[in-house]
Amino acid sequence: MEMVELGGKQMEIDEDGFIQDPDQWDEAVAADLAKTEGVDDLTDNHWKLVHYLRDYYLEYNMAPMIRKLCKQTGFSLKEVYDLFPSGPAKGACKVAGLPKPTGCV
Amino acid sequence: MSKFDEPDYYKQDELLQIDTKPPKTSWMDTPVDFRKGTYIYPGKAKNLKVVDLPNPREWAVEDIDWSLPEDWQRIVLEGMADRLVKYRSFKVFMDTCVRCGACADKCHFFLGSGDPKNMPVLRAELLRSIYRKDFTAMGKIFGTMAGARPLTEDVIKEWFYYFFQCTECRRCSVFCPYGIDTAEITMIGRELIGLLGLYVNWVIEPVANCFRFGNHLAIQPHGLVDTLEFMADDIEDATGIKVDIPINKKGAEILFVTPSGDFVADPGIYTCMGYMLLFQELGIDYTWSTYASDGGNFGLFTSHEMMKRLNAKIYADAERLGVKWVLGGECGHMWRVIHQYMDTLNGPADFLEIPKSPITGTEFKHARSTKMIHLMEFVADLIRHDKLNLDKSRNDHINVTFHDSCNPARAMGIFEEPRYVIRNVCNNFHDMPENTIREQTFCCGGGAGLGTDENMEMRLRGGLPRGSAVRHVQDKYGVNQLAAMCAIDRATLVTVCDYWAPGVQVTGITELVANAMVFTGEKKRTHNLRLEPIPGMDIDDDDGMGAEEGASLDE
Repeated sequence: MEMVELGGKQMEIDEDGFIQDPDQWDEAVAADLAKTEGVDDLTDNHWKLVHYLRDYYLEYNMAPMIRKLCKQTGFSLKEVYDLFPSGPAKGACKVAGLPKPTGCV
Repeated sequence: MSKFDEPDYYKQDELLQIDTKPPKTSWMDTPVDFRKGTYIYPGKAKNLKVVDLPNPREWAVEDIDWSLPEDWQRIVLEGMADRLVKYRSFKVFMDTCVRCGACADKCHFFLGSGDPKNMPVLRAELLRSIYRKDFTAMGKIFGTMAGARPLTEDVIKEWFYYFFQCTECRRCSVFCPYGIDTAEITMIGRELIGLLGLYVNWVIEPVANCFRFGNHLAIQPHGLVDTLEFMADDIEDATGIKVDIPINKKGAEILFVTPSGDFVADPGIYTCMGYMLLFQELGIDYTWSTYASDGGNFGLFTSHEMMKRLNAKIYADAERLGVKWVLGGECGHMWRVIHQYMDTLNGPADFLEIPKSPITGTEFKHARSTKMIHLMEFVADLIRHDKLNLDKSRNDHINVTFHDSCNPARAMGIFEEPRYVIRNVCNNFHDMPENTIREQTFCCGGGAGLGTDENMEMRLRGGLPRGSAVRHVQDKYGVNQLAAMCAIDRATLVTVCDYWAPGVQVTGITELVANAMVFTGEKKRTHNLRLEPIPGMDIDDDDGMGAEEGASLDE
């Protein structure tokens, strides 16, 4: 797998650009990951979403269902796509340092 | 700008230029073209290690050197020799084909791609040619003249590409006069390259997760509780009903097992809410399990051994919890494992009892070995005995068609029950054309571990026959929903429908059932389980359902 520099640190990413070691994540890493998603400036709304996902992941070791994400952050799905054009899974979760979900999803 | 892993990247008119003219070179001399969008990323080393699979390492499909073990040829040929003895079906399938071609145009990937190696007969030849070379006198003597060829690294690459361009759907086998099951050939092909450490990550990560956590998504017990509690809140918003969430309940009568996609993926979550409401209304004594927390078994897409290891957890937890029998949800390939392999893998499950409906008293004797029945058998029996209070008109805005999921259809033969249930909860139901349903059903194009986004071109191509049939009933009858009882379908057919039949939504059957059910003590039903307003139901201001809350989350 490819090694890249994100947030001033060397780290491994998979083919889709998801970081492989969630412990390496910090806000500088998130800012660089966001650039790979075409989001150059992370606004308060971006951070609200990213921190929600990150906190949920640290507590539950998984991504929340999108419906819960919307309900708890107050963003509609459209607003999530406006913030992260690749969407909640491939965009927001990636920036928050979560792994790519697999299986019947 | 869209990328190769997004549907928008592919222009419909370009995909529809399907070139069925074979290449000028003979098939043996035509190497694989690994084009982005048509192959799946390799299994990560960390996942192989979890389940002790050989040769864990990081590699890429584009690499020239796939870093195979030094004696890889011996490993493959010995693996083949072992399996020719162990699986009599494999030996018969290797010897039998007369190349009549009846299967050729029955594969959704061939229909959608025109690639001759996606004809089931030729896909099987990829393996059969090696069998001839090393295991038959004719092949040893006459070589390529007898359809034999030597085992080279290019052959391995070809196997990796084409055995992961087969969804093991078994439509071709329906048309084979000898009954050759190409899915079983693909399964053996995948096992053989697996001996070299060649897996796809979309299969092997769910396997590793399932082995450690009980489900593909690595949902841990407290995550499952959080998820189901969230659903219970939405259920209460929609219906006013407070549902119980029995988890790991020792001594419960029934263990309920469903695919983990139903816990997180839209629209499967609404079907999951439907399960919870149905069981609450019936008042049955059931439990969820945090260990047997996936009906799905990606071991089926890996090897017989892995299928056995992952299937065992359902029965281990049934025994630990002391339930009487197992009820399975709207899962697809789980039913191939249960109906066609479980009995000899881990069965018979003698410590359980023959499933018996606590509501109607019906004994499901056909499940006397596995002790596990399908939710649609259970629900059809309830409706037959008039045990559900149904108001079909609540689904009047829905015009539904039914996609027979490959495994429940062809591996289980469950054709009537889902249709019977749908007809009893919806006034508007239209089947797709005869040669695309029941045992002839067309695959979603994303089963057997192919449903990942980097494989988007093949998913759209493979989804073309199913998508066209959906489009047909959409145009002819105004169909606006497609019901499917499989979590892979509920995930991948959303993409297929959006692309080939835009405007058609995907749903599970239990979602339709719960939306039509009249529950004891329910509030005035103005919103469905998606919290969308139900057309024709008057919304009172004092319902406590704010406009924002009730807004659809679907695009």
